[in-house]
Amino acid sequence: MIENVLPAIYLLASVGFILAVKWMNNPATARRGVIIGEIGMLLAVIGTLLRVQSNFAMIFIGIGIGAAIGAPLAYLMPMTAVPQLTALSHAFGALASALIGTAEFYLRGPHGFTMAALSLETLLGYLTTTASIIAFAKLQELMPTRPLTYPGQNFVSLGVLAAAIIVGVMMVAGTPAPWMFPAFTALSLLFGILLVIPIGGADMPTVIALLNSYAGVAAAAMGFVLDNKLLIIAGALNGSAGLILSIIMCKAMNRSFTNVLFGAFGQLQTAAAGTTVQRPVRSATPDEAAAILDSARSVIVIPGYGMAVAQAQHKIRELYDALTKRGIDVKFAIHPVAGRMPGHMNVLLAEADIPYDKLLEMDEINGDFPNTDVALVIGANDVVNPLARTDKTSPIYGTPILDADRARTVMVIKRSMSPGFAGIDNELYYMNNTLMLFGDAKNFVSGIVKELAGSH
Amino acid sequence: MQSYEFGLYVFMLAAFLGFELVKRVSPLLHTPLMSLSNAISAIAVVGGILVTGDKDATELTRWLGFTAVVCASLNVVAGYLITDRMLRMFRKREPEKK
Repeated sequence: MIENVLPAIYLLASVGFILAVKWMNNPATARRGVIIGEIGMLLAVIGTLLRVQSNFAMIFIGIGIGAAIGAPLAYLMPMTAVPQLTALSHAFGALASALIGTAEFYLRGPHGFTMAALSLETLLGYLTTTASIIAFAKLQELMPTRPLTYPGQNFVSLGVLAAAIIVGVMMVAGTPAPWMFPAFTALSLLFGILLVIPIGGADMPTVIALLNSYAGVAAAAMGFVLDNKLLIIAGALNGSAGLILSIIMCKAMNRSFTNVLFGAFGQLQTAAAGTTVQRPVRSATPDEAAAILDSARSVIVIPGYGMAVAQAQHKIRELYDALTKRGIDVKFAIHPVAGRMPGHMNVLLAEADIPYDKLLEMDEINGDFPNTDVALVIGANDVVNPLARTDKTSPIYGTPILDADRARTVMVIKRSMSPGFAGIDNELYYMNNTLMLFGDAKNFVSGIVKELAGSH
Repeated sequence: MQSYEFGLYVFMLAAFLGFELVKRVSPLLHTPLMSLSNAISAIAVVGGILVTGDKDATELTRWLGFTAVVCASLNVVAGYLITDRMLRMFRKREPEKK
């Protein structure tokens, strides 16, 4: 009986997933999308459970353990840790695909097309698992966030990948020898580690998006192994979502995939930046900054990863309130790669209760800078570097930036003059209309807020 | 038509549909989009259930399946809950002001 109903259930679940992604296009409908996605998932799981004939206890215990870990993780994780959590969930998702592929291999020993799909599933599954764990360790700062490189790195990495593919092809072409699958697994796991080790913190948005895509494709490949269309559809949706996001991230950094994956960006530039000379800058105190903001009519705030590190978003919200109360127009300019994952800044500012219609993307807001009194840069660096527009020799030349330098006054909250991730000196800091506000983002903003409250 | 051939068509169409849908997602929601798509691909839990509950399952494949069920259901639960938690934060205007 259930065998006849199950295809219909899977079809409904697919509709649920498609609508869930579709409704994400607008904050007003997005929550509805989550609910329909949940319903789709619930239907599919219940339908599948009805088909299963043995081992119920083990399955329910497994689901129970997963839910018991997942729920507190989702509720207790602070919003600043969302990139880490995302990396972790890519690891779990990919590991699930890889393990199911492994089990299918030993259970049925498939061949032909199914074996090819199974090889792809386990290759992507295992490599995404270790790659995501390394990404997690870098984001959590359990290991250095700068790129770790050694001579011949790309050669070694691609060699490992090639070896994995050769073993994979051998398994598809003939009868797999006993050593082949374990070797294939080991090579895939190793390649995942090698893939992410040379990638630096600022490239994380691209890498996380790419790993998201891999995890999706692994799930789709599993759909081919199990001959399950629902898995194919869900995996394809996730795969294309991740791919689009990583393309957007690459464009926002004016770089290609190969450059992100094999370029070891940060390393290169740190060497080049060694020659910078000290140049004079103008600095200001919180009360001076408060006075300038007080007399402004329009302010654009540009947040960056530094804001997340300093946990300054709630203080920024207080500043936003104080300025709006004075009738000053305050907007936020969000660069696509600000932070450590796509959309990172938006989530943090939304958490601090800043209305989302004040969060504007680069193309929407760049035209406003010339008519803006103050551009306030908080913890952002490379994304406001005017060298990207002017200096053809600069490694970041051509990168789309926020035109903060075109505002009447620019204020930059920064801990010190040390160069940003890319290791390139920022012309913005030396301009005549720029004031450097040295200090911790959170403390400095709260100093300004106090000053504004006092002068009222 | 072979079943896998049919599957390839499904994959192709779903991938193009995904591209069109995701392109329209506002950059504002890129983080929740990623956690949602993660939750969706955790439908792999279905595969885990089938492998664990297979009549012919050996000790090894059963435990592999079990671990997969744990990982995937963790992703289902965490993925949906955190997406919803994030989306709840996106408000158009501050509630306390009229």
